[in-house]
Amino acid sequence: MTTGLDNWTLAAPEIFLAAAAMIVLMVGAFRGEKGADLVSWLCVASLGVAIFLVLRLEHGAAFHDLFLVDAFTKAMKVLSLVAAGIAIVMSRSFFLRAGMWRFEFPVLVLLATLGMLIMISSNDLMTLYLGLEMQSLALYVTAAFQRDDQRSTEAGVKYFVLGSVASGMMLYGSSLVYGFAGTTSFPSLAAGFLAGQASTGAVIGLVFVLAGLVFKVSAVPFHMWTPDVYEGAPTPVTALFAAAPKIAALSLIVSVVMGPFRPLLLQWQQILIAVAVLSTIWGAVAALRQENIKRLMAYSSIGHMGYVLLGLAAATEEGVRSVVVYMIIYLAMNVGTFACILSMRRKGVMVERIGDLAGLSTRQPGMAFALLLFMFSMAGIPPLAGFFGKLNVFLAAINAGLYIPAAIAVLASVVGAYYYVRIVKVMYFDDPAPAFDRPVERDMAVIMLAAALFVFPVFPVFQTPFLNGAQTAAKTFFSGK
Amino acid sequence: MSSWPILSLVIFLPLVGAVWILAVCRDDETGANNARHAALWTSLITFVVSLALWVKFDPKNAGFQFEEHLDWVPAYGISYHLGVDGISMFFVLLSTFLTPLCVLASWTAIQKRVREYMVAFLVLETLMVGMFCALDFVVFYLFFEGVLIPMFLIIGVWGGKDRVYAAFKFFLYTLAGSVLMLLAIIAIYWQVGSTDVVEAMNFKKLSFEWQFWLWLAFFASFAVKVPMWPVHTWLPDAHVQAPTAGSVILAGVLLKMGAYGFLRFSLPIMPLASEYFAPLVFGLSCIAVVYTSLVALVQEDMKKLIAYSSVAHMGFVTIGIFVVNMQGVQGAIFQMLSHGVVSAALFLCVGVVYDRLHTREIADYGGLASTMPKYALVFMVFTMASVGLPGLSGFVGEILVLVGAFKANTWVATIAATGLILGAAYALWLYRKVVFGTITRDAVRAMPDMSMREIAVFAPLILITIWMGIYPSSFLDVMDASVGKLVADYQAALKAAKATAMLGR
Repeated sequence: MTTGLDNWTLAAPEIFLAAAAMIVLMVGAFRGEKGADLVSWLCVASLGVAIFLVLRLEHGAAFHDLFLVDAFTKAMKVLSLVAAGIAIVMSRSFFLRAGMWRFEFPVLVLLATLGMLIMISSNDLMTLYLGLEMQSLALYVTAAFQRDDQRSTEAGVKYFVLGSVASGMMLYGSSLVYGFAGTTSFPSLAAGFLAGQASTGAVIGLVFVLAGLVFKVSAVPFHMWTPDVYEGAPTPVTALFAAAPKIAALSLIVSVVMGPFRPLLLQWQQILIAVAVLSTIWGAVAALRQENIKRLMAYSSIGHMGYVLLGLAAATEEGVRSVVVYMIIYLAMNVGTFACILSMRRKGVMVERIGDLAGLSTRQPGMAFALLLFMFSMAGIPPLAGFFGKLNVFLAAINAGLYIPAAIAVLASVVGAYYYVRIVKVMYFDDPAPAFDRPVERDMAVIMLAAALFVFPVFPVFQTPFLNGAQTAAKTFFSGK
Repeated sequence: MSSWPILSLVIFLPLVGAVWILAVCRDDETGANNARHAALWTSLITFVVSLALWVKFDPKNAGFQFEEHLDWVPAYGISYHLGVDGISMFFVLLSTFLTPLCVLASWTAIQKRVREYMVAFLVLETLMVGMFCALDFVVFYLFFEGVLIPMFLIIGVWGGKDRVYAAFKFFLYTLAGSVLMLLAIIAIYWQVGSTDVVEAMNFKKLSFEWQFWLWLAFFASFAVKVPMWPVHTWLPDAHVQAPTAGSVILAGVLLKMGAYGFLRFSLPIMPLASEYFAPLVFGLSCIAVVYTSLVALVQEDMKKLIAYSSVAHMGFVTIGIFVVNMQGVQGAIFQMLSHGVVSAALFLCVGVVYDRLHTREIADYGGLASTMPKYALVFMVFTMASVGLPGLSGFVGEILVLVGAFKANTWVATIAATGLILGAAYALWLYRKVVFGTITRDAVRAMPDMSMREIAVFAPLILITIWMGIYPSSFLDVMDASVGKLVADYQAALKAAKATAMLGR
């Protein structure tokens, strides 16, 4: 008889992050305002250590099957940790200038990341909910972090209220599933459904759970919060929202639909296809008239989530692989774009209208070229990395026979290309607007350069290791079951 | 077989030049001058290297030559597979031939952001050459779509008054067609199990239903690129707004990509659907030939007139391709090469006077024969070549296509032949309005004749036009074997399908 603690080392990264967050919080509390720099570097270092710990993990389940570690969860954890680390690095100069550089912010990001790791590893509806709430609570606070700014506070409240509704839906769905299937454990659920005990109640529960998760990745029809929160939240927080939580929530969707609810494929596949297609269309159409670049990025992320979910809807090994590959590329493009947005400053004041980029190519050719690469990449124009993300998704979708959804999605990508290319037009064709503050800060410049190099030529030319990694991750759902 | 990766060399030499310009040339007057020279030398060296292809090409070999094969993304069986045959070899040469001329033609016309301009052109050359050499669907698609980025910037940054509208129209039209082709490529991958073009050609097990949908998806992309009526409307806008050299590349090479796609993919991989849809192509092509010729007759803008004439000439090409016999296909390829040279030269002719007077209105000119005799001569040669005067390049392609078309379908040939008459009408009308008549404006009277640099641009074009007209064999012989194989495989596929249908009954 096991005590459930036998495999506790599988949770080593989570335990480490929890401890680190507490210690760092103490450091911050005793050093006061001056400790912010130290705390943020300690947080980044802890995330680095956590990556190292994740990579060394063995595969298995712990705590009476509440907690699972396999190749897929490891890959997604590393991605979220990287995303969170970059978000902390990117936030420093912004908050310094806003007079809000406090040690609480990096600690909150650390705690949110802890929640993400738990989400990713969850193997039970209870763990799933705990991780999700832990992440969400920390993120609600970061959205409202600029507390003397009305928009930021509004964003925080909006995110909190709507997020709570989604959590409530999910909890309700979980209880339905529990009530009809008699268990919350993923493996037992899968076994039960496989044996043919899929009652209508459980299916309704599944729908509610999916609705909650779709809210978290901000796909249509639960996307309404995204533009407002993206626009209102402080820009580094938006950068954080666009990457890490999306990765965690997506990996949750993957493990829920490919794990316990796999036998109910026919039920959830239609839902995912509808959500995916609607997201690609709405992400493209609604962005056309946006003038605020943060709002634009919100719609852009809605569209991207649509493509990822389309890959997942294939429910095949290629499908899961495409999710992982797409998220790697999405992370790089997003981080790079937000590094550019965070460098849009005039006389120390952030500007965020697209028109402010006018003529950037003559004033700051390097940054303009980097942003050009990110925009063409997001539009999916070869030979940039974004194209390969879409290629992976459509490979999976076509193989699964989803011809019509794939055709709608590619046509939506043409509409979407318009607004990405419009940014290029503003930068390259329009008459120059007043220049941004120069030089671009070193942190941002490094992030921009690294992301740009990744988008082209690193990923397109040397993509095999990434694909193989994603393939290994995807195999976990298809081995021996 | 040479051990040198000569195709990769031709593809990536311009890119090396582009990186060099970015790294070395500064953003000032001297830097701009250095960039011009660097671009010219890079493209000239590339052209010389590409000539080695022609020298070493074995015209008796119908298959692919100078093949290069490297694993790239084994996870989906994508490989870096290059090769040329008699069909694609001349398009590579056409691209490398026109690029140095474009650089030369932009020598003084482009004064702002010269460095970036030259980089864009060299990148464009890499992408064009790569597209004609690619023997892997994904590699092909990369180059095919990648062309959009530099071309979008060339039109948008260095173009005319309505450049933004034209750049977007070009970009979105082409992209919309191409994404459907991407889905078709993926579908072929799942059918064949590889993205290799040669394997797909030898697969021959695609059912008619599959071919039907795949053909339509490919058609969506190539028809926009060709461009065929009614999706040609981006072309006049793009041509008019693009800088001279941009129009040259658009007309000279980019339009050929669509027709090349038909030859390389649609006919060999989807023969049954090609046969099924041939009447559709004929119908659209005939409309293009007659309708756009009529539209060309009423144009007031020189570039727009030539743009519409391009649509009409490409109508001949698509007819020639889809009659699928030796004369038709050879004529189509020859017509493409000839059009690549002649329409490029015509756009350069417009560029010469535009650089002097900064207007493209036909009515603003007149009487150039007395002030610019050299120019009048050059312009006449290319007008005649465009009309199809025997002894110049345009004639050979048109007569071959018509012969091929008569064999297949008399009606199509008859309608297409009327296009020749209309073509003569608008081209001669343009020439008369611009070159003859009396000079009414002092500005026109003051225009200097062509400079040495401009003569250097036109001399090779004139030579090649006459060469192609007088001795077409040096081109036709090279493509003979490959076209023969294409046609034979196509007929064999049709026959096999008919035999199975008989058996089924």
